[in-house]
Amino acid sequence: MTLTADTGAPGPTATSDTVAGTATGIRVDLEVIADLVEPNTRVLDIGSGDGALLALLQSRRHVDGRGIEISQAGVNECVARGLSVIQGDADRDLVHYPDDAFDYVILSQTIQATHNPKVVLSELLRIGRRAIVSFPNFGHWTIRYSLGLRGSMPVTRNLTHAWYETPNIHFCTIRDFVALAGELGATVETAIAINSTGQKMGMNMPWWFWNLFGEQAVFVLKR
Amino acid sequence: MKGEVSTVRPTADIERKSRTTSAGNREALEPSSPVAYFGPDEPLRLDAGIDLSPIQIAYNTYGELNADRSNAILVCHALTGDHYAASQSPVTGKPGWWSSIIGPGKPIDTDRYFVICSNVIGGCLGSTGPASIDPETGEPYGLTLPVITIPDMVRAQAMLVDRLGIDTLFAVIGGSMGGMQVLQWTVSYPERVFAALPIATGARHSAQNIAFHEIGRQAVMADPDWQAGRYFAHGKRPVKGLAVARMTAHVTYLSEMALHRKFGRNLQDRERLGFGFEADFQIESYLRHQGMTFVDRFDANSYLYMTRAMDYFDIAADFDGSLAKAFQGSKTRFCLVSFSSDWLFPTEENRAVVHALNAAAASVSFVEIETDRGHDAFLLEEPNFFAAIDGFVSSAARARGLSR
Repeated sequence: MTLTADTGAPGPTATSDTVAGTATGIRVDLEVIADLVEPNTRVLDIGSGDGALLALLQSRRHVDGRGIEISQAGVNECVARGLSVIQGDADRDLVHYPDDAFDYVILSQTIQATHNPKVVLSELLRIGRRAIVSFPNFGHWTIRYSLGLRGSMPVTRNLTHAWYETPNIHFCTIRDFVALAGELGATVETAIAINSTGQKMGMNMPWWFWNLFGEQAVFVLKR
Repeated sequence: MKGEVSTVRPTADIERKSRTTSAGNREALEPSSPVAYFGPDEPLRLDAGIDLSPIQIAYNTYGELNADRSNAILVCHALTGDHYAASQSPVTGKPGWWSSIIGPGKPIDTDRYFVICSNVIGGCLGSTGPASIDPETGEPYGLTLPVITIPDMVRAQAMLVDRLGIDTLFAVIGGSMGGMQVLQWTVSYPERVFAALPIATGARHSAQNIAFHEIGRQAVMADPDWQAGRYFAHGKRPVKGLAVARMTAHVTYLSEMALHRKFGRNLQDRERLGFGFEADFQIESYLRHQGMTFVDRFDANSYLYMTRAMDYFDIAADFDGSLAKAFQGSKTRFCLVSFSSDWLFPTEENRAVVHALNAAAASVSFVEIETDRGHDAFLLEEPNFFAAIDGFVSSAARARGLSR
């Protein structure tokens, strides 16, 4: 599984060019996720990359954090910085965790690279009391423009891979994701869209507006 | 791979060795390291159902125990290892087998931690084993020593740790059979292990591994000098059998890639094939050398006991076949390490332990190190491996409140 919409090669996830970074240099969706996690909880981060999110959650939210990361380089870096991370694969390894093992299971910028997003999402909801999922919105207007008017697969600032080499095999729009959550019987507890400047979009906007102008989405789901 | 390619004629040398005592045997009887003695009032309860007494445990320590006795790390050695983890072996004169990892400023930093390494029960470097003298007969135990298991070794280590006045170990670390002991520690004494680092190991010995051990044992027992385990009484040693056992085992510690890289089909001290059965190929010469040097430092009966202990190891067997149950409620922080080309304890064996720990909701890290050096990689300098140990141990030290 690849970790970001941007860095296709397995490895560190928190590249500043994936999503607009914040003043602290931390990827904006990670900042948003950190704000959503209650302090002193148990967290499983799937697709830990170099451990940026886990480190942020430990220092800021004092969580008991665990991670799964597919690339050896990423795992080595995580373990070397003292994080509890195992080498594994979201498609294969979630089955080993018991029900309700964590307060939060987080899948950041990874669901689009899994083989079976529906199974992975239902596993998230089984293992965690809450699932937090962030993903690049394929309904963003720049992507629609590329596909609709130019007639070619989008290669954008966020999605830099050509169609033949992208690890992102299951793109979805915000609308598609909401539909899948509904199909799995999950409740959307919080939904946040991030626009192209890395700002959270207004809560009062309608879904279609988010789906058009949200470049990233972060969802908190509950069974 | 260790050791040089030897050009010594092995046959004559091995004949001589079969009639002499080994340097290793002297250490078995009169260890030059510290030894802890446990008299009749402190027997070792064995899985075989026997109380073994008296016993002795030879050990070494490195670094200083801190005032609240919270910085102790127990290092567990592998099948043919010893307690000279970070100091020169009195038998071979070589540096400790983990000198690159244990020492001042090294991943297991003896400026910060108090490191204990003991010779396992059943071994032959000073702890009670088949080469030790049975006080009832005045002769070496030989095969009259009950079969020793990994849990027995760990129980003995706990006695030593008690003797040293240590309640909770900051960490237990080891590779291969040492890794089995680490896992056993977390199951037998979960509250006494803060952090566990099992390396290149598994929670049970596979059928293939038992098969290779059985070949080794049969080689020892087929040697006429073995004398049904009473070779000491006849002034002999089954060095041929033990050397063959070691040669077989040594191949399992390497990898096809590493063998090819190091030896290929290169010939030994000759231009063309000899059309005979001397060591034509470098790999043959190398293995003969490995076998011959091994018999100088290891007792044949002890080799039988050590391999048997590994074969019997199966943690899940004591927990209705569920490995996850064995780790239920564990508060220990785990870090497992495997090596990509290890076919003795392949990554999947290590990963099975990781999955069981996941199922038990335990704290676990897991790294697979990319290398072509096979199982032996855990004894070699691998920068990513060292970084993983360093990162894990340092973060555990922070969690334990061990200041720098």
